[in-house]
Amino acid sequence: MDLASIYRAEYGRCVATLTRLLGDINLAEEAVQDAFTTALQKWQTAPPNPGAWIVTTARNRAVDRLRRETTREARHAEALLLHQPDEPQEVGPVKDDQLRLIFTCCHPALAPDARTALTLRLLGGLDVPEIARAYLTQEATVAQRIVRAKKKIRDAGIPYRVPAEHELPDRLPPVLTVLYLMFNEGYSATTGPLIRTDLCAEAIRLARELAALMPDEPEVLGLLALLLLTEARRPARLGPTGDLVPLADQDRSLWDRALIAEGHDLVRRCLRRNRPGPYQIQAAISAVHTDGAATDWRQVLALYDQLLALAPTPVVALNRAVAVAEVHGPAVALAALEDIDLPGYHRLPATRAELLARLGHHAAARAAYDEAAALATNETERAHLQRRRTELTDPRRTS
Amino acid sequence: MKQYLLSVHVVEGAPEPSDDEIQTMFRETGRINDEMQAAGAWVFGGGLVSPDSATVVRIENGSTTMSDGPFAETKEHIAGFWVIKCADLDEALAWAEKCAATCGPVEVRPFDDLSQA
Repeated sequence: MDLASIYRAEYGRCVATLTRLLGDINLAEEAVQDAFTTALQKWQTAPPNPGAWIVTTARNRAVDRLRRETTREARHAEALLLHQPDEPQEVGPVKDDQLRLIFTCCHPALAPDARTALTLRLLGGLDVPEIARAYLTQEATVAQRIVRAKKKIRDAGIPYRVPAEHELPDRLPPVLTVLYLMFNEGYSATTGPLIRTDLCAEAIRLARELAALMPDEPEVLGLLALLLLTEARRPARLGPTGDLVPLADQDRSLWDRALIAEGHDLVRRCLRRNRPGPYQIQAAISAVHTDGAATDWRQVLALYDQLLALAPTPVVALNRAVAVAEVHGPAVALAALEDIDLPGYHRLPATRAELLARLGHHAAARAAYDEAAALATNETERAHLQRRRTELTDPRRTS
Repeated sequence: MKQYLLSVHVVEGAPEPSDDEIQTMFRETGRINDEMQAAGAWVFGGGLVSPDSATVVRIENGSTTMSDGPFAETKEHIAGFWVIKCADLDEALAWAEKCAATCGPVEVRPFDDLSQA
């Protein structure tokens, strides 16, 4: 393995462990970066357990650094570092530390934007320019968010620990939201290239870690399954010229069979636990889409009914309407859209346009496509909507 | 241990609570105080008279001036507060939740570690 992939795989784990040892996120980051710099100079080939090497080196570098500094705080940190009871040497990253760190990064007392940026920085090892590019934000804004969040963690005493069982209902959802949003932004970027594979890969990597650490939380497994089953369809999502291909027209032979098998397996594990939640149901819907040669829309609709009862949001209602169209026809689906209030979201008029087109109301469909294209922020999606509109005006189609 | 200020915020012109509501608030606040004391979290706490009765003291060019009224002319003001000591923010937030259920919105603000004796 090259140093870059070791860095991506080990950075978050090492920062997590060093944060526990040093009691301070900034010191931990500096120490881990120092250790990677040393690795770059010293390694001919990577040692068998690179994570353990980085943790040990980072720890030693932190001791050296603290000895050079004379402030009271530094002395206190040094004392903490040197008197970790029962701390075995050279064991490498401790799994629970990553869990601690992700709960700290996604603490509800931090602003939602800061949670994602901090998670990508500390657990994903992405640097500020990478995060800024991923979210098309100014680097200075991202840097400021991260600095403010770290300062609040320290000043307000946001704990570095895994929440107790009874706290999880409040504390797990923000963690799952961060991973879900990270993946979504990668899968369907707000602007710029439609797909950002690095964000998708990072969200899946972190979801896998979380599932390995919390195998008894069905919503964690549900989220991982949802991400895997969505990722599996990515190779078929764009056509040869980079245009968006809707699910119905996708070449299913391009779908990733291994990811689908893994996702289906996770969905079955969730079903056995029988503690359904929004991520598990969305995963089950994705499982139906990726099962066999065609989608069983009745099953999808039944799942959306269940999801809507559990999470009655306008976006769920919109997705349900798409399934209604397949089962009960476009007229019934069009009526279902009338009660949905989603101002500024292009997918509502886009769905209305598709349904109107199917009913042969081409003038109304064109107007709805125009409305959708004006709202779409991503160029690929806008081009797709405009193409659908053009196809409508084709006389061969309108006849 | 860290110390936190839990301040109760009210908006001027909000409907006055009824006598019954005030009685319940006093009773509940007393119960929270007892609970904080039993848990070893209580440092200090109390309710404040309305900001009309505040006085601001300033030293300007070596001489002291006083002005009637609150420091900031805002619609929101602090109606009371607690100072508590806790292991971390999560503990402070759990107390704030109890306080907010009785008194309305509560701001949780950590004390600067260096200022604590």
